[in-house]
Amino acid sequence: MAAQFLSQLKFKFARESSPDVFLESSIRGKQGWDKIWEKCLALISLFSVSIVFSIILFLVIEALPILSKVGFKELFFSDRWQPTSEVAGFGMLPLILGSIWVTVGALVLTVPLGIGCAIYLSEVAPIRMSLMLKPAIELLSAIPSVVYGFFGLVVVVPLAEKFFHLPVGQSIMVGSFILAIMALPTIISISEDALKSVPKSFREASLALGATRWHTISRVVVPAAFSGIATSVILGMGRAVGETMAVLMVTGNAAVIPHSFLEPVRTLTATIAAEMGETAQGGLHYQSLFLIGVLLLIITMILNGIASFIVQRVHQKNAV
Amino acid sequence: MNTLVLQTQKVSLFYGERQALFDISLDVPKHSVVALIGPSGCGKTSYLRLFNRMNDLISNTSVTGGVYFHDQNIYAKSVDVVKLRRKIGMVFQKTNPFPKSMFDNVAYGPRAHGVFYKNKLQEIVERSLKQAALWDEVKDHLYESALTLSGGQQQRLCIARTLAVEPEVILMDEPASALDPISTQKIEELILQLKQKYTIVIVTHNLQQAARISDYTAFFYLGEMIECEKTEVMFTNPKMKRTQDYVTGRFG
Ligand SMILES: Nc1ncnc2c1ncn2[C@@H]1O[C@H](COP(=O)(O)OP(=O)(O)OP(=O)(O)O)[C@@H](O)[C@H]1O
Ligand SMILES: [Mg+2]
Repeated sequence: MAAQFLSQLKFKFARESSPDVFLESSIRGKQGWDKIWEKCLALISLFSVSIVFSIILFLVIEALPILSKVGFKELFFSDRWQPTSEVAGFGMLPLILGSIWVTVGALVLTVPLGIGCAIYLSEVAPIRMSLMLKPAIELLSAIPSVVYGFFGLVVVVPLAEKFFHLPVGQSIMVGSFILAIMALPTIISISEDALKSVPKSFREASLALGATRWHTISRVVVPAAFSGIATSVILGMGRAVGETMAVLMVTGNAAVIPHSFLEPVRTLTATIAAEMGETAQGGLHYQSLFLIGVLLLIITMILNGIASFIVQRVHQKNAV
Repeated sequence: MNTLVLQTQKVSLFYGERQALFDISLDVPKHSVVALIGPSGCGKTSYLRLFNRMNDLISNTSVTGGVYFHDQNIYAKSVDVVKLRRKIGMVFQKTNPFPKSMFDNVAYGPRAHGVFYKNKLQEIVERSLKQAALWDEVKDHLYESALTLSGGQQQRLCIARTLAVEPEVILMDEPASALDPISTQKIEELILQLKQKYTIVIVTHNLQQAARISDYTAFFYLGEMIECEKTEVMFTNPKMKRTQDYVTGRFG
C-alpha cells in the first residue's frame, strides 16, 4: 500500500516538472480520504461479521441447555417428536430425515433439468430463443415462496391425489417438486455462466478433430465448467434445505419417519415455523427449536464448505 | 502436376454484410505445402477456416463459390461436417490443449471416433507424439496435465492431437507465431517431414518460414488473393508489384 503510494508519488513528480505546494497538499488530501474510506469499509465489514457471529452465539446459547437436559441420544436417534404431549418427545430424527428426503427428491428432479436447461441455453439454443427463455427463468426466482406453496397446495396436491390415488396429497413428492422448481433458477443461471465462460478455443479444438457437437459438450465443455456446475447444485441444495414456507404448506406437516415419497413429512425448517408461536420462551420445546436452528446452520455451513472446496480444488488443478 | 486435394473456385466469404474474401481461386496439390502470407487482417485465417468449415461456427457467415475436397464441394448439403473435419485437421494459432492429461489430449480424437481399446489408444498416442517430435520429452509423464507443458510443447501436443486422427490434410494457422526460435525450428522440421504423408496449408507471417517450408505461396491482400506461385518464383521473381513490395519488406 505504502509502496504503491510512493511509486504513484514518484510518477507524479516525474511528470510534473516543477512540483509545487498545491500538488503536494492535494496528494496528502487524497491520502486522507483513502484512509477514511478504508476505515469505513473495515467498519462495515466488521459490523456484518459481528451480526453473523451474534446470531450464531444467540442460537447456540438458547439451544445448549437441551443437550444436557434431554440428551444427545434421544434428540438425534429417537423417532418421537412430540414436544407438546404429556410425555414430551424430542426425537429430531423424523425432521432430519424429512429434510433429507425432500431435499434429495428435489435434487433428483432439479439437477438433470437445471443442467440440461443450462446446456441448452448456452450451447444449443439460438440467440432469440435464449433471449426469450432467460427472463422467464429469472422470473421463477422472483416469485415469493408463499406463492409457490399456494400453487403447490391448490394445483399440485390435488393432481398428486388423483394420479397416485392418495387420500392426502400433501407429501414428500409434492414438496420435492415445488422445491425443484424453486432451485431451478439458481442452478440454471450459475451453470450457464460456467458453461459460457469455457473458452471458445476448446470447442473449436474439439470440433476440428471431428468430434460431434454432443461429444464436445459432454467431454470438453461440461468437464471444463464442472466447478461452476457443482457450485450451482450445492447452492440450489442450500436453497432447498433452507426453504420453509412452501414446504410447510405442501408436505403435510407430519413429524414421522417417512417410508416413501408419497408420504407426508415435516422438515426442520417447517417445524420451526409451525411451532415457534406456541412455545413458552426458555422451555424445553423452545430450546429444541433453537437446536434445530443450529442444526440447519451446520448443514448450510457444510454445504458452503463443500462448494468452496470444490471451487478451490478445480482452481488448483487448472493453475498448474 | 499432382492430383488436387483442395481447390477453391471463386470463393467469397461474408461476415454478415461485410465481405472478407473476394473470389479466391486456389489449387492445393497432394503432398504439398502451401503457405498463405499477407498483412494482418487480409483474410488468411478466414480463408483457411473455409476448408474445414470452421466459419460455420460464427453466426451470420455465408460462402459463395466452390470449395472442393477431392472434387467434392464441401459446402454441399449432403456433406457431413464431422466426417469432413476428420479428414481435414486443424492446428490453431493460439495453442489450445484441453485441460486434461497429455494422453487424453492426444487420444481425444480417436476416442471421439470410437477407438476405446487401451492398447490401440496407447499405440496411437505414442506414434502421434513421436511424429510431432514430442515423445522423448513427455513419455515419462503422459498422465500429467497438458497445461504443465511449455508453449512450444503445447503446440506440438496440439499437432500430435491432430495427427492422431490421421487426417489427409492439415491446416495450420500460424503454428509457430508464439514460439521461440528453437521450437519454431522443430515445428518447421516437423512440417517438412509431415509433407511425405499429408497435404498442408499453412498461414504464416514469417516470410523466411514460408520460403523454407512451402512449395507454393499465396499472397493475400485486403481479402483478395493477389498471386499464387511456386515458392521459389514468389520470392525471387513475383509478377505483381504488390507482392514484390511485400516479400521485400517494403510494406507491412
Ligand atoms: N468472427 C468474425 N466476425 C466478423 N468479422 C471477422 C471475423 N473474423 C474475422 N473477421 C474480419 O475478416 C477480416 C479477415 O480476418 P482474418 O482473421 O481472416 O485475417 P488474418 O489474415 O488471419 O489476420 P492475422 O494475420 O492478423 O491473423 C478482418 O477484417 C476481420 O475483421
Ligand atoms: Mg489470422
